[in-house]
Amino acid sequence: MATLPPFQTLIDEHAAEVMAVLRGAVGREAAEDAFQETFLAALRAYPSLREAGNLRGWLVTIAHRKAIDHHRARGRAPVPVESVREEAVFDPEPTDGEVWRSVAALPPKQRAAVTLRFASDLPHEEIAAALGCSPEAARRSLHEGLKRLRKEMA
Amino acid sequence: MTATMDKSLEELRERAAAEGLLDVAYATADSPFGTLLLARTPKGLVRLALPSEDVGETLAELAERVSPRILEAPGRLDEERRELEDYFEGRRREFALPIDWQLSHGFLLRARHGIAAIPYGETRTYADLARAAGNERAVRAAGTACSRNPIPLIVPCHRVVRSDGTPGLYAGGVEMKKRLLAMEGQSG
Repeated sequence: MATLPPFQTLIDEHAAEVMAVLRGAVGREAAEDAFQETFLAALRAYPSLREAGNLRGWLVTIAHRKAIDHHRARGRAPVPVESVREEAVFDPEPTDGEVWRSVAALPPKQRAAVTLRFASDLPHEEIAAALGCSPEAARRSLHEGLKRLRKEMA
Repeated sequence: MTATMDKSLEELRERAAAEGLLDVAYATADSPFGTLLLARTPKGLVRLALPSEDVGETLAELAERVSPRILEAPGRLDEERRELEDYFEGRRREFALPIDWQLSHGFLLRARHGIAAIPYGETRTYADLARAAGNERAVRAAGTACSRNPIPLIVPCHRVVRSDGTPGLYAGGVEMKKRLLAMEGQSG
């Protein structure tokens, strides 16, 4: 069994990022619930975790599973854009907000791949693990997502 | 940390506790000697770290010996903090807190039960303690029961002194032991 740090350390170091990832993946409103689900699932599994080497990747992986659950539960309905637009007024980087709004409108797998790559800075292998697919499929989702974004932003 | 995040974390602590996923809750508490760290399980207070102890090390040890499901949750230690504050201000002589003894075993557990029974304002010697725990020759082990006491102050190992009347050692420093005994009306 790995030597696990106190769970509070994971919250101190990664809660803000997990929240950011979830906002990118499911939108600001749904992110709160997904955040709770992510950390409760993490707490539940934590004592039996065998590998403490990449706790950040582990948390982000759980976050993305919860995001995917959320999208599955809602079918492929896009994140309501109106509410995001309102929030964007307070966004310190409006151009960035623009991009994430488009990201939020991507199909779930592409959206998850793009968020994992650019909001969480995960390598392809970890994106694949988070999405439960091969690294090649993850690369493809990322590629397709980016292609679509470029077209929309152009 | 933003206000929204604070609210999210507060909700997380409550849901974790409600679902039985908060094995160790901890909080800090002010004292005349510096900041104390308090940790409790659903059973009761399991650890009190004196200002001389390293917080990170204490939490890491709890993660290993009790459970890694540890969250900072001050609301779960309100009673502990209140009783300690009363004690330091001279308004309380006995603690009415539930204790989780899981970090103590065998002779050390018996000795620490003995320490917990020493009344405010009184002292016992290490030899007294060894005898009461069932082995009068285990004076050195009685010393260990004090020096490695996981819950000092509440389990008042500062009331255990040398047979010659000098205070003896204390994890928080001899000065702290003398001041505690003086506060309780002992010359130390």
